[in-house]
Amino acid sequence: MKFKVLYYVNQFFGQIGGEEKAGMEPVFKEETIGPAVGFNGLLEDEGEVIGTLICGDNYFNENKEKALEYIMKVIKEKNPDIVVAGPAFNAGRYGMACAGVANAVIDELNIPVVTGMYIENPGLDVCRAKALVVSVSDSAGGMRKALPVMAKLTMKLMKNEEIGLPEEEGYIPQGKRLTVFSDKRGSERAVEMLIARLNAQPFETELPMPVFDKVEPAKAIKDLSKATIALVTSGGMVPIGNPDRIQSASAQKWGKYDVSKREGLTGEYCTIHGGFDPVYANEIPDRVAPLDVLKEYEKNGVIGKVFEYFYTTTGTGTSVGNAIKFGTEIGKELREAGVNGVILTST
Amino acid sequence: MVKEIERYGIPIVHMSTITTISESVGANRIVPTIAIPYPVGNPNLPKDEEYKLRKKLVERALNALRTDITETTQF
Repeated sequence: MKFKVLYYVNQFFGQIGGEEKAGMEPVFKEETIGPAVGFNGLLEDEGEVIGTLICGDNYFNENKEKALEYIMKVIKEKNPDIVVAGPAFNAGRYGMACAGVANAVIDELNIPVVTGMYIENPGLDVCRAKALVVSVSDSAGGMRKALPVMAKLTMKLMKNEEIGLPEEEGYIPQGKRLTVFSDKRGSERAVEMLIARLNAQPFETELPMPVFDKVEPAKAIKDLSKATIALVTSGGMVPIGNPDRIQSASAQKWGKYDVSKREGLTGEYCTIHGGFDPVYANEIPDRVAPLDVLKEYEKNGVIGKVFEYFYTTTGTGTSVGNAIKFGTEIGKELREAGVNGVILTST
Repeated sequence: MVKEIERYGIPIVHMSTITTISESVGANRIVPTIAIPYPVGNPNLPKDEEYKLRKKLVERALNALRTDITETTQF
């Protein structure tokens, strides 16, 4: 008998639509849709995709409990042997949704889950310890490479075959320790590693250290009425015409605009962000970056001053490397200008 | 971006809808917002009600900036 796969995708890969459909509630279709088609073909005669769950990324993240209630109900009814989600590449909301589904399915039903994410996807840390997350590229261009790896892992899981090490099988390390036998005892291996290191030769640690990068919370502002507050956004708000040509996705740069004489963003600003439906932001840009309210607080003396420049970039698909660079550059300017506090809005 | 700006010792508050992402990228002061396409607004409300809502959210953000914290906190 073939093993049964239930597939989870977002509105885009479910072929319902783009950002304008990101608010859609989950639906179940008894057919293979989007990546589920290719995935099904890779299972040969051993397994089959029995249906596709589709849910809008915004809906999932904004109504997680309600979304999961429906999704879990369908999964319980259809009783698959395994659930496959994504791959989500570097799409943050999609990754969080795949991770949310994965954790619920594994915790509540004890059904295994295979998904795929780019190493920087914020959903990765949420589910990597439980699901098998295949390491995929940062954009959908990597679909053809991702699906065979995901399918191979799925088949191995279903046949109860042993899953090899992450780098051999193409999934992201789950943080598990396995017992393996070595013909050399620890002291010999350690000395060999040390000699390799001293000779600047490659070596592989047996115990990688976790990387913790937390920034201590900065001290609070003592007197808001004397403070200068800067407004920053990753919501892609720019002057109409986008004079600096900031990218609508995978941003390579940020912009700053003089808002000292403005009462709000509304009127001369719009969004070029490619990751959400822009209708509401374009109608009233202050819905994304609340300059209007900050200016009123300045006028009423609640805060000392709104910093004269407004900083902006696009947060969708932007690499962590670039986000770090932008933050470092913007932060430097703000510190040099004596800004006391920052409000950063994200879409 | 939030983390790198805070590294300069400037208090920063992240206003975002998916607070789980906000936490996972290392924001310390977080104000949950309304929805992804309109974090500090709500087109379903009359204009004056919407403005009041935005004022309340920004007030919460300012309150976060004047509050000392030792760990990630939602306001």
